[in-house]
Amino acid sequence: MDKIIYLDNAATTRTSPQVVKAMLPFFTEKFGNASSIYQMGAESKQAITRSRDIIAESLHAKTEEIYFTAGGSESDNWALIAAAESYGEKGKHIITSKIEHHAILHTCRYLEKRGYEITYIDVDEDGMIKLEDLKKAIRPDTILISVMYANNEIGTIQPIAEIGRIARENGILFHTDAVQAYGHVPIDVDELSIDMLSASGHKFNGPKGVGFLYIRKGVKIRAFIHGGAQERNRRAGTENVPGIVGLGAAAECAFAQMDERMEKVSKLRDYLIERIEKEIPYCRLNGDRIKRLPNNVNFSFRFIEGESLLIMLDMKGICASSGSACTSGSLDPSHVLLAIGLPHEIAHGSLRLTLSEENTMEEMDYVIDAIKEVVDRLRQMSPLYEDFIKQEQKQ
Amino acid sequence: MYSEKVMDHFTNPRNMGEIENPSGVGTVGNAKCGDIMRIYLDIDENHVIKDCKFKTFGCGAAVATSSMATELVKGKTIEEALTVTNKAVMEALDGLPPVKVHCSLLAEEAIHAALWDYAQKNSIEIEGLAEPKKDIHEDDEEEEY
Repeated sequence: MDKIIYLDNAATTRTSPQVVKAMLPFFTEKFGNASSIYQMGAESKQAITRSRDIIAESLHAKTEEIYFTAGGSESDNWALIAAAESYGEKGKHIITSKIEHHAILHTCRYLEKRGYEITYIDVDEDGMIKLEDLKKAIRPDTILISVMYANNEIGTIQPIAEIGRIARENGILFHTDAVQAYGHVPIDVDELSIDMLSASGHKFNGPKGVGFLYIRKGVKIRAFIHGGAQERNRRAGTENVPGIVGLGAAAECAFAQMDERMEKVSKLRDYLIERIEKEIPYCRLNGDRIKRLPNNVNFSFRFIEGESLLIMLDMKGICASSGSACTSGSLDPSHVLLAIGLPHEIAHGSLRLTLSEENTMEEMDYVIDAIKEVVDRLRQMSPLYEDFIKQEQKQ
Repeated sequence: MYSEKVMDHFTNPRNMGEIENPSGVGTVGNAKCGDIMRIYLDIDENHVIKDCKFKTFGCGAAVATSSMATELVKGKTIEEALTVTNKAVMEALDGLPPVKVHCSLLAEEAIHAALWDYAQKNSIEIEGLAEPKKDIHEDDEEEEY
């Protein structure tokens, strides 16, 4: 197999050629600093404004509510830390979920060490946040609720409108990490009562190293990077003009073709899920079946370990990922898979396939056949499978 | 990430499988950490390991270390097999990434566990062999925030 089948679009996406084309002049020709007074600086400034407009419109937000950052993790860090400080006099309690990205969870741990109290809400077996638990967790000193729009591992889309309403009714700020959702599903910050939203360019065919934080007008948020008047005094540093141009171009493209893309990708997703469930025994689909990102497939295969699976798939030209401990550099499997109640040994055998519109049905057939072969091979090697079969034969 | 030798032993594992009525069998590790290794030994009356097979649930390094460990003890006497350390397994594989060193420890332990089982079954004592730990668990490192 010479061709590579890329099924790890939740990790990163290919920067689309038209995005690169839009960016290129801003490296070598229109390289002016957007803060400079001459014409070339003004051109950079205009390009930044245009990207800001595109992104604001895509969220039904105002232009001045979009702040460019270096990506999703920075946006998440900024939203949580700055909100915690700005609203710290009102209270020091924050609510989040157990399945957030580490950019949120580790920032929460950072805040805990600095006197903040964090409540981590449980999710059900499909990874859906428990709204009753969320309501019960609210206290007079709760200042912020941060729940991800859609989960990066299992693809579950959270009830964002309900969470937004609950936050609004209680006068609490609502932040959502929409890194996996923005550019893939429609988002309206007003309808959903979102006060802050994080997104990252490279998750929707934009460049790496650039993202944004939406901050609703009126939300008090201090600057995160100091040293300049860029981004309305809130995020210093000479703007990454090519990156911002690329981010805008990618957003424009993503929203123009969103419906057809969602339809095409979810068809591939459903085909993958159907055949895997039908043809590979002892597997489990992780994540919600219906409220699920159009491009996400996540399975656990019993008796096998994820890293072995990934290496063998890689040898067949397939790029995928796993929630196995061995792929994370620690001994514990993914916190998301544990939070939905999977036992450790089953969480270790997980496989995430995240699709793009560039994938084809033929590729799906090849991938399913490859997974079948590899899972079978690893099970033949597994002492857990041996024990299981012997147990079955006894009964 | 892995050396060519590790990849070779992972993709073409030597001695993978079971031995029926083995002289000794040892299983170590736990599913919680994502590694379980089982070693089967066939030992003759002269204390020579005539055959050795393995089954492993785990990452690429776990499979490769099991495979290499079986190669290293096959044809050896029990005394010689006891000198096959995790370091020897690692060296034979041209090294392992630091986070995977525990896999080689597991391989050493699995052989010891199988030898221990053999000793128990035959009511003999093998010099230098202690009852193996059931579980090898590294301490989780706390991340700094």
